[in-house]
Amino acid sequence: MSLLQIVFIVLSAITLIGALGVVTNRNLFRCALFLVLSFVGVAGLYVLLEAEFLAVVQILVYVGAISILIIFAIMLSQRLMSPEFRASNEQWIWALVAAVALFAILAFILLRVSWPTISAPAPENAISALGQALVSPNQYLLVFEVASVLLVVALIGAVIIARER
Amino acid sequence: MQIPLSWYLIVAAALFCIGLYGALSRRNAVGVLMGVELMLNSVNINLLAFWRQVEAASGTLAGQVFAIIVITVAAAEAAVGLALIISVYRSRKSVDVEDIDLMKL
Repeated sequence: MSLLQIVFIVLSAITLIGALGVVTNRNLFRCALFLVLSFVGVAGLYVLLEAEFLAVVQILVYVGAISILIIFAIMLSQRLMSPEFRASNEQWIWALVAAVALFAILAFILLRVSWPTISAPAPENAISALGQALVSPNQYLLVFEVASVLLVVALIGAVIIARER
Repeated sequence: MQIPLSWYLIVAAALFCIGLYGALSRRNAVGVLMGVELMLNSVNINLLAFWRQVEAASGTLAGQVFAIIVITVAAAEAAVGLALIISVYRSRKSVDVEDIDLMKL
């Protein structure tokens, strides 16, 4: 087992333990902190996949913005913080059955298929190539613009929905 | 290639199923939203794993661009979803998904 594989296993363990903490913890605030742990683990996996830009974006957007947004929402609605709220609903046992069954099926299939991987070094200066691909008209310029329109719409929509009237 | 592609796919599948369980079993709307975020993250792991081990040899970057778009949509979804939760809390004093049955007959 090489060093990279050990690092991979550690990062996966961080991600999955964080995710399990998110879905099992009764205190919602601790759930949000476990969510941060899980996001950091995913960012580490991105570094292992040599997608450095995505790793930094993961830290900035997920750890820096989305988690803070979730923690704000938890603190703004105070009854969430009360200890006696019930964490899971009546159908949790069926949800557990469905999730475990789905994972069993997925793992069974994933381990049987031989994936056509190509062993190649990661492209050099991938970050600058990505930046140029996002704004060059014959590649992903339209996608980039649609994403920015989506963000503006979400910003305005969130302000209007959450506004006190 | 030191780490097999299937390892990434297994981890992503596990993360997706944990997120699915969270989204289905939580009573609290914020908890449901956290489960959805976990599922979106697992999709991104898959996209980047396939990009690195299948697409990177050809030098194109579609996998990374896909992942960026997924992150954008996740950010928009979190903003609008949490605004909805705040709004519902303000009018009904509860964010329990079983109490939010305004549109049921």
